[in-house]
Amino acid sequence: MFEIFGIPSQALFAQLLLGLINGSFYALLSLGLAVIFGMLNIINFTHGAQYMMGAFVAYMLLQYLGVNYWAALVVVPVLVGLLGILIERLLLQHLRKLDHLYGLILTFGLALIIEGLFRNYYGSSGQPYQVPEALRGGRNLGFMYLPNYRAWVIAASLVVCFATWYLIERTRLGSYLRAATENPTLVRAFGINVPRMVTLTYGFGVALAALAGVMAAPIYNVSPQMGSDLIIVVFAVVVIGGMGSIMGAIVTGFMLGIVEGLTKVFFPEASNTVIFAIMIIVLLLRPAGLFGRAA
Amino acid sequence: MMERVVDPLLTQKRGEASLSFAIGFAALLGFFAVAPFVVYPVFLMQVLCFALFACAFNLLIGYVGLVSFGHALYFGWASYFCAYTAKAWGWPPEAALLTGTAAAAVLGIVAGGVAIRRQGIYFAMITLALAQMMYLVALRVKMTGGEDGIQAVPRGRLFGTFDLANDMTMYVVVVIVVLAAFLLIYRIINSPFGEVLKAIRENELRTVSLGYTTERYKLVAFVLSATLAGLAGSLKALVFQLASLTDVHWTMSGDVVLMTLLGGLGTVFGPLVGALCIVAMQNYLAPFGQWVLVIQGVIFVVCVLLFRRGIVGELAHYLRVKL
Repeated sequence: MFEIFGIPSQALFAQLLLGLINGSFYALLSLGLAVIFGMLNIINFTHGAQYMMGAFVAYMLLQYLGVNYWAALVVVPVLVGLLGILIERLLLQHLRKLDHLYGLILTFGLALIIEGLFRNYYGSSGQPYQVPEALRGGRNLGFMYLPNYRAWVIAASLVVCFATWYLIERTRLGSYLRAATENPTLVRAFGINVPRMVTLTYGFGVALAALAGVMAAPIYNVSPQMGSDLIIVVFAVVVIGGMGSIMGAIVTGFMLGIVEGLTKVFFPEASNTVIFAIMIIVLLLRPAGLFGRAA
Repeated sequence: MMERVVDPLLTQKRGEASLSFAIGFAALLGFFAVAPFVVYPVFLMQVLCFALFACAFNLLIGYVGLVSFGHALYFGWASYFCAYTAKAWGWPPEAALLTGTAAAAVLGIVAGGVAIRRQGIYFAMITLALAQMMYLVALRVKMTGGEDGIQAVPRGRLFGTFDLANDMTMYVVVVIVVLAAFLLIYRIINSPFGEVLKAIRENELRTVSLGYTTERYKLVAFVLSATLAGLAGSLKALVFQLASLTDVHWTMSGDVVLMTLLGGLGTVFGPLVGALCIVAMQNYLAPFGQWVLVIQGVIFVVCVLLFRRGIVGELAHYLRVKL
């Protein structure tokens, strides 16, 4: 064992790992927000509630139907994504011609409804969710102990993030999507069904949130308010990164997770406010955000 | 074309507009003169505090078009400062109220200065994030009393003579302060300064091209709004003799958005009506626990989809007057 700046390396790496885990969730959630914002011009306030629903549906599936983690990883995003599609069709599509603010307020209201319903049935205390059999335990890397489940979360979220990036930036479907973001009328003139694309994009963004929720379930307690506190931090992450680019959202998410982890080592009392402080500094120095285009 | 946040109301002559305001204000005075003999005064004071909070918020969202999702920051922290100076230092209520309000003004200058660097949706996210940051600070700092808050705040004697421990005396003071602040807001939005704010709401770029430094106008409006929200928070601390984490939490920021939206964005009387409805609902539905959250969510959704003018806005539209 050795020391870095007077901090034992074990503690340092443990916090770095925790930072990476948080960063994975920031990245997945801000990615979803960016994708949705690009197509719908809506800041999806419900994102936190949809992440919470992901965790809860996984918990309920295991509890009542015995559906295991691996199946939940596929089933839950589909279910919650379908619910998202329903929300888009029934509610959000009517807002297309209105000021941004209405999208924010409507999705805020939806978040309250979802959180309120879950609180009614499950109270505000957390429910435990077991780590799946195959990922229990961990390995000793010599300089630190790495629990298998945490390694899996980091790897899986990296893969999902980059797959999303590839889908949007490098495939034909993604180019339609980007074109429709720039000029929906023109893209429609080419015979592409833009409203359906918008709906599916929302469903996809929501599914990403739900996937993050399933992955979070074994790490954090599954509780109705797990999403609302997280989403505000993710908003700060989005402000720091700017919503201009997909890669920007991913990089900022992981980076801020790491910064937060390091703060926990060096200034523990500032660890939960550091992201907000960074947001202020970025706004003062580079108002458009690190990866944003100037408005 | 984007639909505007506020319907550009029917063009109306100045005289008629101020007549409808005078009638509305007289009705308000009448209501608050009779009400304490019918309804519990503490409930009315709660309505008044939130009404002022919503009016302050409306100044920003309704007249400048800026959506702050973190107004609990000024409301809550002002209430902490007021409660702390009144309790720990034994300051008289007028000094405590002023301290709370001044603290909100300072916070408004700092937060507003940061937030107005971005527009639109980012502005909302930044204000929310700043408020959350100060919520986390409130959770840790010794001054706020953490989870316990500051309890049993003495109401004291106003100017050394009026004993505020008496609910009726307190009620009269709250009515006077809130209605005075209400008149001040009315004056602000009908001043040349207010006209510039409305111009920014309608088209910021064009206002810039007319030679106005819109940033400065937005900041002043933001600080005014934060200060008045602080006055509301300070009053609330005295009325309930309590300053707690609820007042700085994001749900409080959501509540004030809901009150203003339900009453009518950009209407003079809307926030008052909205505050009355929401406070009444929260009081009467309190036994149903978390259903309040669900119902509030439903009201948000219904307002946005079907009812964007709000109660007073619809009424004004129907009567073809400005309210």
